[in-house]
Amino acid sequence: MSFINYSSREINCKIVYYGPGLCGKTTNLQYIYNKTNAETKGKLISLSTETDRTLFFDFLPLSLGEIRGFKTRFHLYTVPGQVFYDASRKLILKGVDGVVFVADSQVERMEANQESLENLKINLADHGYNLDKIPYVIQYNKRDLPNAVAVEELRETLNPRTVPEYQAVAPTGVGVFDTLKAVAKLVLSELRKGG
Amino acid sequence: MATQLVMYEEEFTQINAICDRLTKDANAKVVFLVDKNGQLISAAGQTQNIDTTSLASLTAGNVAAMGGLAKLIGENEFPNQFHEGQRDSLYMTIVGQRVVLVVIFDNRTSLGLVRLRIKKASDELTRIFEALLKKTATPGIGSPFAEISDADIDNLFSE
Repeated sequence: MSFINYSSREINCKIVYYGPGLCGKTTNLQYIYNKTNAETKGKLISLSTETDRTLFFDFLPLSLGEIRGFKTRFHLYTVPGQVFYDASRKLILKGVDGVVFVADSQVERMEANQESLENLKINLADHGYNLDKIPYVIQYNKRDLPNAVAVEELRETLNPRTVPEYQAVAPTGVGVFDTLKAVAKLVLSELRKGG
Repeated sequence: MATQLVMYEEEFTQINAICDRLTKDANAKVVFLVDKNGQLISAAGQTQNIDTTSLASLTAGNVAAMGGLAKLIGENEFPNQFHEGQRDSLYMTIVGQRVVLVVIFDNRTSLGLVRLRIKKASDELTRIFEALLKKTATPGIGSPFAEISDADIDNLFSE
């Protein structure tokens, strides 16, 4: 749920990057962090294991500028992708305003993608949200890999409702900002409806 | 699904005043008020060397994780948490099931005094947040974003 402060004229929104383990959620945030001006971003926090796997979440606060005199701030979070961290993953979705599902395009990760998407729906429902009703975009990541599945097939399996979708190569930044902009726009449009 | 948190001038001033007073009364270094979703609401005291946004997010993560643990053992939540450091310590209290009051203090005060002062501030804050939620639910108070256009949104991403 966004937080609107009339006094300081600020609006804060929460966006969560979801997806199977090693699909590139943290890499998305790292790229955004590296490519934004110091004055628009806060510190990137990563709660990870010694082997750099996300343990709880990554967090990046980002200022986008002003709309009608209100400063818009987005708090970007990733969840831990590994299956057994489900309890922590569910917690991160609390108060979410928009979701990015990062799919791993590699053929051997298709099952993991489907499993993670199902898990997202279940965990959202636990908080009273419906994936069909909240701002939501999909990113097909790792498009540069030779074993990447055709986009049509990914769409058919993961995006039957054809929400906005983006192809990405997160380490080089391809598609990263397009994905972020798309979800941010959807979140702001939702606010217009009265949140 | 919780309702959206909206803060108005009047309540914001009251909340800031309570946090300021708690800092002095408890002889604390810093007092924060954080929404359970990780949004910072108010900060008082020596905040200049603290990354308040990160603090808010980590507080919410911590409270959420402890809440998950509480449920596993059959508790609803752990409303109070105390973390003792070598120099500074941190006390967290859940207020009105919605926000978290965080007090950071050192050896110039005591845990007993901090707890005592938090209790009073927490009761006052609970009342304010109850009023705030009622106000937000009142019909007629629309979103300030009802008027924004696609162009406004596009302008944010123009560079």
